Amino acid sequence: MIEVTEKIAIEHGLKKDEYKKICELLKRNPNITELGIFSAMWNEHCSYKSSKKHLKKLNTKGKKVIQGPGENAGVIDIGDEDAIVFKIESHNHPSFIEPYQGAATGVGGILRDVFTMGARPIANLNSIHFGSPANKKTKNLLRGVVQGIGGYGNCIGVPTIAGQTSFDESYNGNILVNAMTLGLVKKDKIFYSKAAGLNKPVIYVGSKTGRDGIHGASMASAKFDDKIEEKKPTVQVGDPFTEKLLLEACLELMKDDSIIAIQDMGAAGLTSSSVEMASKGKLGIELHLDKVPCREENMSPYEIMLSESQERMLIVLENGKEGKAKEIFDKWNLDFSVIGKTTNSKNIELYFNNNKVANIPIDLLAEHAPEYDRKWKKSKLPQKIKFKKKDFNKFKITEVLKKIISSPNVCSKEWIWEQYDHTVMGDTIQKPGGDAGVVRVHGSEKAVAASVDSSATYCYAHPLSGGKQIVCEAWRNLICVGAEPIAITNCLNFGNPEKPENMGEFVECVEGLNEASKYLNFPVVSGNVSFYNETKDKGIKPTPTIGGVGLIKNYKNMMTMDLKETGNIIIVLGKTEGHLEQSIFAKEILNEKKGPPPEINLFNEKNNGEAVLNLINDKLIQSVHDVSLGGIITGIAKMCIKGKKGIKFYKFKGFLDKFEYYFSEDQGRYIIEVKKDNLEKVKKILDKNSNHYDVIGEVIEDNISINDEPTLSVDKLTEFNKDWLNKYMVN
Amino acid sequence: MKIKVIVTPKKGVLDPQGKAIQQTLNSMNFIDVNEVRQGKYFEINTNLEDEKDAKKNVEDMCKKLLANLVIEDFEIL
Amino acid sequence: MKSSVIIFPGSNCDRDMDVALNKFGFKNKMVWHNDNVIPKSDLVVLPGGFSYGDYLRCGSIAAKSNIINSVIEFANKGGLVIGICNGFQILIETGLVTGALLRNKYLKFICKNIFVKANKSHNKYFNKIKKDVLELHIAHNDGNYFCSEDDLKTMEDNDQIAVRYCDINGEISDNSNPNGSIQNIAGVFNKKKNILGMMPHPERVIDNCLSSNDGSYFFENLLSNMK
Repeated sequence: MIEVTEKIAIEHGLKKDEYKKICELLKRNPNITELGIFSAMWNEHCSYKSSKKHLKKLNTKGKKVIQGPGENAGVIDIGDEDAIVFKIESHNHPSFIEPYQGAATGVGGILRDVFTMGARPIANLNSIHFGSPANKKTKNLLRGVVQGIGGYGNCIGVPTIAGQTSFDESYNGNILVNAMTLGLVKKDKIFYSKAAGLNKPVIYVGSKTGRDGIHGASMASAKFDDKIEEKKPTVQVGDPFTEKLLLEACLELMKDDSIIAIQDMGAAGLTSSSVEMASKGKLGIELHLDKVPCREENMSPYEIMLSESQERMLIVLENGKEGKAKEIFDKWNLDFSVIGKTTNSKNIELYFNNNKVANIPIDLLAEHAPEYDRKWKKSKLPQKIKFKKKDFNKFKITEVLKKIISSPNVCSKEWIWEQYDHTVMGDTIQKPGGDAGVVRVHGSEKAVAASVDSSATYCYAHPLSGGKQIVCEAWRNLICVGAEPIAITNCLNFGNPEKPENMGEFVECVEGLNEASKYLNFPVVSGNVSFYNETKDKGIKPTPTIGGVGLIKNYKNMMTMDLKETGNIIIVLGKTEGHLEQSIFAKEILNEKKGPPPEINLFNEKNNGEAVLNLINDKLIQSVHDVSLGGIITGIAKMCIKGKKGIKFYKFKGFLDKFEYYFSEDQGRYIIEVKKDNLEKVKKILDKNSNHYDVIGEVIEDNISINDEPTLSVDKLTEFNKDWLNKYMVN
Repeated sequence: MKIKVIVTPKKGVLDPQGKAIQQTLNSMNFIDVNEVRQGKYFEINTNLEDEKDAKKNVEDMCKKLLANLVIEDFEIL
Repeated sequence: MKSSVIIFPGSNCDRDMDVALNKFGFKNKMVWHNDNVIPKSDLVVLPGGFSYGDYLRCGSIAAKSNIINSVIEFANKGGLVIGICNGFQILIETGLVTGALLRNKYLKFICKNIFVKANKSHNKYFNKIKKDVLELHIAHNDGNYFCSEDDLKTMEDNDQIAVRYCDINGEISDNSNPNGSIQNIAGVFNKKKNILGMMPHPERVIDNCLSSNDGSYFFENLLSNMK
């Protein structure tokens, strides 16, 4: 057996001090298996050692929260004994190394997190971020990731209902792949990972264990350098077919009360699943590793404990239920093995061919894991830019619109989502491409809406404002489909926490998102942190991703963004101040990347959002879309494209320059379509409620018409919108 | 000249397809089968005349395109 | 009317089909692939999905499962058998219908609404449907139908082409062909026209709140023929 030295510990990603602490806590040197276990559990990915301090402050409670962070996924109450289980998770590093398998296993992992809790997955979402389209790796990475997400989600038969794709050169050497899953469960049938009771059998089910991804959890938190090639063999291969069988088998076993605790084997495999179950139950656990079904010969205890083979679960069963459980897993052709039991030792004790190969007090791995108060640097709000508005006159609004609507971050992502099965399960009532995806709660009148959002540009310019902004954006997107926002999950993708700038971005984004989350009563119920997203010492832009979930009480009241009828009136709800800094217009057209992101006014945000929701419920509006990237005109253009209708803008009043008016990205705004007959009623409601609004135009056929500008046909605009990605991927 | 290449999953890498095929063969009463690995077979026609050059060229193709070296091995026949 | 939906490991449209059949008045039973006999049925459906992960060839492993012999027996006696998507691929692998389903022409999974024109002569699946062009839904990676010229001629002579992809106006052309299928073929019958294999999913378009409601015509027509 290899003798453990400080050097080996450092090769496992541990710091000198951390290794010293391990030896002190153990009062001896760990053996190699124990070192592997420590390195996995004390790794950033499992221990949250840099982020814990700040995550503790998050707003995680609410009337509808059944389970907040700390379990496999969060759970919210949607009435009538139904609950939704959901979470988002990153699989960034593996996806850069092997985009297909990395993305596929990312989807597989998050699906397991959800069905581990007893929920049948009902929807998938994803947020994926790539380098500049000009970077020669981008196209293949995009293709691989999309095929991987589709390959897994389509096969297992869960619809992918919404997503987000962005391009930015800061991801050139470190793409982001965040996958989110929602599941449906009865409130009294939720399963948790807390073990309970002594001498209960510990069961291994699913696929066999191979040498896949050994030290994947450590890799997930390692920065990429030139030696990236050497790290390749640790990528795992996903098997969605086996996962489908595992899903059905687990749900079948969950019908009665055999299971005490269940946990999927994700990052750090058998190690983290067994330690977490025992730790939550304040118990010990004894495992006989020779009983673990292995795919390869001569696997060592070290390898078995650290393997990240996919599609595996660990279950603590009630005594005497082993036979019945085995029958179910046999039926589905899956491995089933009793590999140990719960004990009162409060240690994890591992045996291999009757030799004790590891013995570690569980609290050293969990509670005593290091926690750091990392240095962080506060960001200043950048100065406003004095734009030379005279220079804007050389542009035509319609020409700028064409350019923006076909720009990589605004253009239609149909090429992507057409490759995802978004209709399987027969309950998808709003497909990708809208503000949020919506699925019916099977067999009921209810529907669940979900969206994913992030805005690295705003977060990079000023993390505190950016953090607030994404929560608001998620909130708005749910409102736009007529859903009452309930809760969020977050995937916090950041650079190196050991650098004060990156750590500062993290701290302030979290602060911002927490502030908005509290104000909007939109609690965080689950999430994941991904640090060390950097290549050659250059970090990505801070990219917290927010997944929002909301409820539509009657699916027939769902709202969409496509313009419905000629003659209807278009209103912009919320004040247009003309904020151009950090807008698409500033970046793409003026090439101006400085300045503060748009300000968030939480009072207006809430007031406007609630007004829209009330108008939808009172059936007073025909379509709605929030104003985001590219301002009012880009928002309306998308509504035109979706509805195959045009708009005639009224001459606008006010002091703003027309480019500020049309392209500014002030927050908290919605575009709504109202029938002429309802206009006075709507105005009265908005006046009474003190919502600022502007009546800006009316729906016409076929064209976008702006005062003295040449008209632009919606067909042409649609082409511009769709063509960019199609052509990019073909050429 | 025709060069033949076989690409197979790397030893130790999970081969879900092979696994499913093996289980089916077993259930069809081919009980002697204890492992199946599924790969790909390519026939590449090249204008090069020297076999050594051609094979070297194909090796390059394998590394750059035909095989995903993260999870696959290749063998030029 | 009684129907049976077969569940293979990896089937994932089995529940959707069950929901649709029940909605339109069938009494449906789910049948496990490892069973040897089909319960008494008027209709057997092989649902969509990824049976056995689509490994080896789509549908090939499912075509070797226990239940298939009794499906073949049921079909040979003239029983109505539908294979949708992966079910169509399984029908092909069992030899109950002719042809092959290749990778989509543009090598991509495609999930979207499409329009089809159905063959209404001498079959119980489409005969009395009034609508000329149906808006259905496809979601597949391997739906590019292919068969030899001889087979194609035989099938055309015998009126066995069940559904063809077209545009919203019923025009059948390359532009309305989503996956490269020969002659825009989306589905075929066997010779006796009691077996239908097709790529589009009628069960996903059975309500106005879904992407189309035209699948309803399919099920309503089928049921009306069986009463």
